[in-house]
Amino acid sequence: MDLISDQGLRLDGRRPNELRKIRCKLGVFNQPDGSAYLEQGNTKVLAAVYGPHEIRGSRTKALHDQALINCQYSMATFSTGERKRRPRGDRKSIEMSIHLRQALQAVIKTELYARSQIDIFVEVLQADGGNYCTCVNAATLALIDAGIPITEYMVACTASLANGETPLVDISHLEETSGGPNLTVAAMPMSGQIVLLEMSQRFHLDHLDKVMKHALRGCQEIKAVLDKAVRDHVASAGAACNWEFKTD
Amino acid sequence: MAGMLLSEAEKTFILRGAESNFRVDGRKRLDYRPMELETDVVSHASGSARLRLANTDVLVGVKTEIDTPFPGRPNEGKLEFFVDCSANATPAFEGRGGEELGTEISNSLSRAYQSSYAFDLSTLCILPGQQCWKLYIDILILECGGNLFDAVSLAVKAALHNTRVPLVTAAAMDGAQVELHLSDDPFESKRLDVSGVPCLVTLCKIGDHCLVDPTAEEEVCSTASIVLAVSENAFITSVFKAGVGSFLPQTLHETFKEGQEIGIELNEALKAALEREEKEREDNEKSPAIQRYGFLK
Repeated sequence: MDLISDQGLRLDGRRPNELRKIRCKLGVFNQPDGSAYLEQGNTKVLAAVYGPHEIRGSRTKALHDQALINCQYSMATFSTGERKRRPRGDRKSIEMSIHLRQALQAVIKTELYARSQIDIFVEVLQADGGNYCTCVNAATLALIDAGIPITEYMVACTASLANGETPLVDISHLEETSGGPNLTVAAMPMSGQIVLLEMSQRFHLDHLDKVMKHALRGCQEIKAVLDKAVRDHVASAGAACNWEFKTD
Repeated sequence: MAGMLLSEAEKTFILRGAESNFRVDGRKRLDYRPMELETDVVSHASGSARLRLANTDVLVGVKTEIDTPFPGRPNEGKLEFFVDCSANATPAFEGRGGEELGTEISNSLSRAYQSSYAFDLSTLCILPGQQCWKLYIDILILECGGNLFDAVSLAVKAALHNTRVPLVTAAAMDGAQVELHLSDDPFESKRLDVSGVPCLVTLCKIGDHCLVDPTAEEEVCSTASIVLAVSENAFITSVFKAGVGSFLPQTLHETFKEGQEIGIELNEALKAALEREEKEREDNEKSPAIQRYGFLK
């Protein structure tokens, strides 16, 4: 199967450097301290943030100089094409939880909340490729909604290489499973630092620079979309209190 | 809901409210809170629905699979309920914390659906004794704001109404092997008959009175509740009592009557809402923008 048609379009009609449509909403639920819903194409994720609060369970886990970040990744049983038996607790989910924590810990100012805990729960409602990225992006929005100080946006994006030459950005499930390489990058787009990098399959080292550049540009584009969503959300929330709010 | 702390004064306030038929949020004892319902929200599932009842948020997805029927019931398909309490609802559900509540809800649903009046399992049969459809009804609880049983059962009924089972065009036996031909057209599918499917009605006892659709605060004040599964044609397919308190036989009888009437109304309201949504979608089909709100509303 060709990932790129003769006209230079991908299987879902996108151009190689085009993202899927992103739609999001902050503050979907009332009970958590912060929540967000994000969809990238057909991948749909809900994120909820609780905290900072007292350490739950054993006190020995408390860190004396920073907050404990607790992440849980779970997938709805109906989220995938074939029904999943367990929503969480399998190896893949545990690995995802660890990677999520790794990425988010880099931006949260944990030193402000010593001896407390911040819970971040993500729930994949529909999976269509780039699950990890969508989860990171949704969790960032939920953290912002919860008002937890972060140094900057944490954004993730995937990239692939089609026919050994053309880099693809934000790959879908079909492109993920059709055998090409899959590079996942979680980055802080403003400072350009990379927090998490994961690759499956292989391509020649010469291509790495090119693919990475495309993934980072994807991150920057996603950040622009998220930033606009946050500004709009704050503007609409503030409008209720007669705020003067200027958007540029 | 675990973890909710109420002071003595708050409890008394709720109790007095139930006594004087004027609850904390201004409702009468037998009033429901407004609900939002949308079907067909998950494209990977054969049928789905999302119901929001004040702060309670439930997402249901139905998936179909081919299975072999039970040897004792060769002409019947299978239903399986699975309730997943997401940690999004409360951190207490993290890991395996929500399993107990999930099992309680899924067991109560499968009991309500067991009656042959509730759901005709023979419509899920493909080849008697060989092949049948198995419906996986997966319920995801995203937020708990009281009255989970009613919300879940309504969402399940809506999702089943929305479910499309692939059409089997030909089924034949080739030796011991079964050959099935499914229709190639994804729009050619079979709908399920949900007219007999029951809804659960929770009657929560606070003081000497029973009230419906309790909020999370009211649930803390209640000592016992009766859950009835009532179908559109007034059949009660299952009854169970939850909580530690007790009922007198006389009050129990009255409660059943109240619950039955409310159950019928609830079923009718759901049916009307589903028909309205379907009609709106049909009207919208001609215009290019078919709106699905999902979680973006």
